[in-house]
Amino acid sequence: VSGPLIPDPTGPLTPSGNLRRRQVLSRAAEGAATTAAVIALAALALVLWTVVSHGAPVINFDFLFKGYPEGVGPMLLGTVAISVYATLIAMPIGVLVALYISEYSGAKGAGALKLILDLLNGLPSIILGLFAFVFIVEAQKKQTAFAGCVALAIIELPLIARGSQEVLQLVPKHLREASDALGVARWRTVLTVVLPTALGGIVTSTVLAVARAAGETAPLILTTSSFDPQNFSINPFEALPNVPTWIFKVSEEGNVEGFNEAWGMALVLVTIILVTSLGARALLARSKRKLSSS
Amino acid sequence: MSASASAAPQVPGQGARASLLRKRGDQLGDRALLGICLLAALLAAGTIFLVGYEIVHGAMPAINRFGLGFVTDTTWQPNFGRFGAGVLLFGTAVTSGIALLLAGPIAVAIGLFLTLLAPKSMGAVIGPLVELLAAIPSVILGFWGLAVLAPFVQEHVEPTLHDKLGFIPLFGEPQTTGLSVFTASLILTIMVIPIIASITRDLFRSVPSELQDGAAALGATRWEVVRGIILPTTSSGVIAACILGLGRALGEAIAVSQVIGAGSEIKANLFAPGSTLAAQIALQFPGALTELHKSALFYCAVILLVIGLIANLLAGWIGRRFSYSGAMSW
Repeated sequence: VSGPLIPDPTGPLTPSGNLRRRQVLSRAAEGAATTAAVIALAALALVLWTVVSHGAPVINFDFLFKGYPEGVGPMLLGTVAISVYATLIAMPIGVLVALYISEYSGAKGAGALKLILDLLNGLPSIILGLFAFVFIVEAQKKQTAFAGCVALAIIELPLIARGSQEVLQLVPKHLREASDALGVARWRTVLTVVLPTALGGIVTSTVLAVARAAGETAPLILTTSSFDPQNFSINPFEALPNVPTWIFKVSEEGNVEGFNEAWGMALVLVTIILVTSLGARALLARSKRKLSSS
Repeated sequence: MSASASAAPQVPGQGARASLLRKRGDQLGDRALLGICLLAALLAAGTIFLVGYEIVHGAMPAINRFGLGFVTDTTWQPNFGRFGAGVLLFGTAVTSGIALLLAGPIAVAIGLFLTLLAPKSMGAVIGPLVELLAAIPSVILGFWGLAVLAPFVQEHVEPTLHDKLGFIPLFGEPQTTGLSVFTASLILTIMVIPIIASITRDLFRSVPSELQDGAAALGATRWEVVRGIILPTTSSGVIAACILGLGRALGEAIAVSQVIGAGSEIKANLFAPGSTLAAQIALQFPGALTELHKSALFYCAVILLVIGLIANLLAGWIGRRFSYSGAMSW
């Protein structure tokens, strides 16, 4: 990019003709790429700014912790409960699947399982909602948060399994070999050496999966939407109040009076999700770096 | 362990029995761990087949009643028991298509910006921020679309486009609310950008720097390096990323149903309301009138499932088939 050391006083100082055209084109492309990044950041900023500016004035102690209609405590509590139950279902299965891929299945089995996990991950959440509806709600003849949790667990499962499996594969080989050399049985090695080494990465992968599932709406409107908003409860075998369904109902009804409340809940949900996913991402990157450098 | 081995001769029999017991225990432990891991793997694999079975099972009444004609039939009249997915398929194709047309170039440009232009520290901030866009729950994005984007589009964007480009049927007469196929496409664009951007960024990073440096040494400008080296070596991966993004757009139910305005006709005008397969399920299933109505919505889900699986398999296949040196990371 820099010119010759001793500029020729008679020569042109700026590129001309074809070179000039090429450089202008290149600059234009650089400008376009930068603009694209600005567009994406602007979209993020606009959405977040709207949520904060509309939501912040609504939020106070009563709003967060009191029952409906003074506050939206039941909805927030319900969303937390549903996320926890879904994770209790998904995490053990996800980690075991990851262990199977990294420790037991051969290359072929691993490929097939990864493909299945990716297909599960690609399923639209509305389809999982329909599944939970016929499989559980229709069978029990009533809406339950449990049905929603099963759908959310299916959303979390591939995320936890793929994330954990990636971390498990980073566990240094020499740790396993040292354990083998001491004559330790395979299962003891897995439970006392491999899993503890990868634990940080597994937990952060799970947190990322929870952040993804906490805002899912489609399964919940089919499985736990007919709730009583005044019902402070964490019983999974009834329809639990929850934030996503409430926001969806408000926007479907176009009921402008409910908008303020909805913005307040949106702010709480977005804050929790963005903070946890940013934090978990940073931690995950750190623990992966640590594992691969050791 | 060496201690127990040296202790064994002093108490003959006992050490041997202990080690035998430990061996039995270890065999049992190995089998048990393998067993539950295998069980979990089978459960995960079984889930996808169970989901497929239940969805098809739920759709059987509608499949028997309407057959394949359902896909092209454009009437959707729950009160008269007449259902066809033509309008929904059209809406799905148009919204996802526009979203991909807008998001694809923007996302690829972001990928290039992050790999080539942004200083390392700036890229380390902007990359995660773009990915945060994907972390915003769709119901909140849809709510924003309804409350903020739709009025803006209705007041400013639609009239302008209609005035300037109204001779193209796509940019027809704006409607009163701003809830339209166009607004839905914009929301989907926002949802698809981070998916394609983060995959393509990783792809572009995997292009060997010798190739890029070589081209630059021959006097290629930055754009020529991109055009001649980076894009050709990663084109299959970029296409796979776009197909994954498309799959995401096709299946999005909530945000689309909040902003598309629930229209029931095929119109060339993008500013008119419409509906998509996924949005129709979200809007109508909770209040479905009859078993046939429910079943027709399940039929929509079957179509969605088939398209979604094809898109994912295709993306995976393109990624594996044409990637070089393991550039694909998913």
